[in-house]
Amino acid sequence: MSRTITIRAMKYNPNSKISKPHFAEYKLEETDGMTLFIALTKIRETLDADLSFDFVCRAGICGSCGMMVNGTPKLACRTLTKDFPDGVIQLMPLPAFKLLKDLSVDTGNWMNEMSKRVESWIHTNHQPDISKLEAPMEPKLADETFELDRCIECGICVAACGTKLMRPNFIGAVGLNRVARFAMDPHDNRTDEDFYELVGDDDGIFGCMSLLACEDNCPKHLPLQSKIAYMRRKLAALR
Amino acid sequence: MSDLIEGFLGKTVDGKKSRLPAKLDYYQSATGLFLGLFMWGHMFFVSSILVSKDFMHTVTKMFEGSMFLQTPQPLLVSGVVALVFAIFIVHAMLGMRKLPSNFRQFQAYRTHMQMMKHDETTMWFIQAVTGFAMFFLGSAHLFMMMTKADEIGPFGSSDRMYSDFMWPFYLVLLFAVELHGSIGLYRLCVKWGWFEGDNAKQTRAKLKKVKWAITVFFLGLGLLTLGAYVKYGYEYSNGLVDKYNSATQIEKFLKVGK
Repeated sequence: MSRTITIRAMKYNPNSKISKPHFAEYKLEETDGMTLFIALTKIRETLDADLSFDFVCRAGICGSCGMMVNGTPKLACRTLTKDFPDGVIQLMPLPAFKLLKDLSVDTGNWMNEMSKRVESWIHTNHQPDISKLEAPMEPKLADETFELDRCIECGICVAACGTKLMRPNFIGAVGLNRVARFAMDPHDNRTDEDFYELVGDDDGIFGCMSLLACEDNCPKHLPLQSKIAYMRRKLAALR
Repeated sequence: MSDLIEGFLGKTVDGKKSRLPAKLDYYQSATGLFLGLFMWGHMFFVSSILVSKDFMHTVTKMFEGSMFLQTPQPLLVSGVVALVFAIFIVHAMLGMRKLPSNFRQFQAYRTHMQMMKHDETTMWFIQAVTGFAMFFLGSAHLFMMMTKADEIGPFGSSDRMYSDFMWPFYLVLLFAVELHGSIGLYRLCVKWGWFEGDNAKQTRAKLKKVKWAITVFFLGLGLLTLGAYVKYGYEYSNGLVDKYNSATQIEKFLKVGK
């Protein structure tokens, strides 16, 4: 039996001089298998054409639709409305990122800066010949390394992190995960000393307070707790 | 000159990033581990009053060197307390780095915590609040123990609770210590990946259960112990029982004419 659900979405345009932050309430009929993506699209089509939110893939791959759902960061496309028994869902934009409008934030530029900051590419001393096969890796190590590449840069780990909310320059789990990924990869010639130069401070690995909301909310279930501990052990051991 | 350059740039004279943040993180953990484990031992020591006054007296004298000195020396206890006090201050200094440094940070964290209702995020806030409380409570207690180590014993410790109205102080300190310590030890495990094994998630769930069991156990033991000291303090104060009469402290007590 279908029910009426209530979606309360934060609306605010920081670029407008007349916009004031407030919650807009929308009531709509729930349908089978309704995700927040479907609900928000329906709201935009039938109730409020001005509501801004981001989507691309609708399948939990692009990482565009992260938002705070009843206080917890989630991917809207993978969140079913039926999972909220009282039928009331409060939506807010991801904190820690630049708010564009309503539920839409700029994760892209932040992720780009993060990638540059941790030099998120293979550093090698030789010129790779792309016509030849890459040097082989142990399958187990390859699995562990490429597992970390499943990060979709949705920003949920960043938005879930209390440390990041207090310290805006903190690199977040996504950045530390990226460092761990390259630290494990034998194709990358960087040493622990090199990685220390990137994240060996209170804005990096030593700023992490192990709150673990990153691990608990990551939609790709990446082993963030283990990898952050791994990098902390490695970099704290340097003399 | 190298300190000047490192202090100014945050880089060593080799142009490398300072190793100090790593050391500070390590020492924060190391001092926290020491204090957390010390508090377990401490609780067993103070709870010896639950066995008997004589047993608590024996334990007290043991710490004063009764096993190898003809006359036990409270100064030994003062020395140990001074060492613990020093480690406590170092830990407080290092821990302070993590606290919110302005109201907006505090406000953002609190709002996030209340909104998200995530265990570890809330537990950190409890640690921050209890840590802040212990800047004052822990320091006062340690200073008292350091300067009045000779009064520790079945009579002195009980009398302090009741006659000096210290029990509300210790009630708050008990909760602050046990919550801060058990959360801290749990955090150390997940922070450094101790006991992680093959399945970090499972290990963490188990660690969290152990953490709560330890909290409940030590809070229970602490409340019983505090109750015992208050009870004995009340009895001494109202002349319901004779003052504990086996230690030097009764002589000292009579000497000061109380």
